[in-house]
Amino acid sequence: MAYVTKSPWVVHYDGSSCNGCDIEVLACLTPMYDVERFGIINTGNPKHADVFLVTGSVNEQNKDVVKQIYDQMPEPKVVVAVGICACSGGVFRDCYNILGGVDTVIPVDCYVPGCAARPEAIIDGVVKGLGVLEAKRAAMLENPPAKAEVAEEAIGEPAEAAEEIEEGGNS
Amino acid sequence: MVFRIISVVAYLVLAPILGCLLAGLDRKLSAKMQRRVGPPILQPYYDVRKLFEKEKQSPTRFQDFYIIAYLVFLIGAGAIFFAGGDLLLVIFTETIGSAFLIIAAYSSNSPYAEVGAERELLQMMAYEPMMLLTAVGFYMFHGSFTVHDLISPDRMAFLPMIGLFLGFLYILTIKFRKSPFDLSMSHHAHQELVRGITTEFVGRTMGWIEISHWYENVFILGFIFLFFTNGSVAGCVIGALVCIAAYFLEVLIDNCFARMKWQFAFKSAWIAAIVLGMVNIFILQLMF
Repeated sequence: MAYVTKSPWVVHYDGSSCNGCDIEVLACLTPMYDVERFGIINTGNPKHADVFLVTGSVNEQNKDVVKQIYDQMPEPKVVVAVGICACSGGVFRDCYNILGGVDTVIPVDCYVPGCAARPEAIIDGVVKGLGVLEAKRAAMLENPPAKAEVAEEAIGEPAEAAEEIEEGGNS
Repeated sequence: MVFRIISVVAYLVLAPILGCLLAGLDRKLSAKMQRRVGPPILQPYYDVRKLFEKEKQSPTRFQDFYIIAYLVFLIGAGAIFFAGGDLLLVIFTETIGSAFLIIAAYSSNSPYAEVGAERELLQMMAYEPMMLLTAVGFYMFHGSFTVHDLISPDRMAFLPMIGLFLGFLYILTIKFRKSPFDLSMSHHAHQELVRGITTEFVGRTMGWIEISHWYENVFILGFIFLFFTNGSVAGCVIGALVCIAAYFLEVLIDNCFARMKWQFAFKSAWIAAIVLGMVNIFILQLMF
């Protein structure tokens, strides 16, 4: 088994969520659910993360941020859309500034519906994501990612995206 | 000579294992203190193996070179220590290693890594005087800087050097990157400054840093051990027990305090060095 499934580090981004799902994501870290017992750490740094948890739908303002966080994460990585808004846009789907679910911007590997998604469901979703992570790791071993592409991706502007995370997390 | 070689080889092989287990116990213990189940003891090992599985990514090609230099100098400092070399040389080699980590963080040009690097520099300024005073204290008590002479003396250094011991215990919190002095980076997940000094270190680069921490933690505990050896088995047992107790104390402090500002870390570490360290040195001067 790949070690990536034993220590999945999570970066959490709040798209345009009502904060309901964010509270539930944080609830996973509490002594009640304690996801650290699976080695899961909620890191604030996309460059250290393996799992990208997105709550809320994506709008015109933050689509670039979501893309950038995704690009900054090193392979193998998975995206888990948490909550019905992140899956499909939810009740905000028809709003003028909403693009829809997270999959309108970046590829999503695992959908966790619910309003708000329960901590059990979120943990279940991440564990489902680990299966995908292992498959991606195996695929990566067969044909490693091109080097030039990687270097260009890494240059980017880490500061801006990271700032957005902090703001998003605190809102 | 043969004993020294065995000792260095044992350090090179066993220190990462011991450091990894210590880090694992640290996380388990922290979890228990927070009434959580916590990760398995081998979690730091899984983390590092995972980091080595990740894609290579680096903002500059020099960064990895600096990090390898950091690892090599830290291993070197530990090797000098366990070979029974000069205590001052150990401290200076370790300082150069730490400087490489700071250069690596600066080389990334990321604002978060840079702030982390600046804080790391401040932390170094905070703990370095106490480290040197400890070495000076050992020299005044035993009349030698070499670890070989300090490891099998005829008397225990602990009581005459108790001020230096307490001062060293104080900076141990900074060295182990524990709260309230985890300014440049913390081993805990969620924090300000994204990830401080390690923000731009991805995958295996981060893995090398973790391994360096394992090596570093072990030989820093070796300093604590030196306070208690007196050439007898009892001294060694007491030394080992106090090392474990000191590590437990650091975990406890980590879980009891919120992060302080760098001004407090800097001032308090220097006050500890002056009050506990210098006064103790004066007393040693009067005694011997």
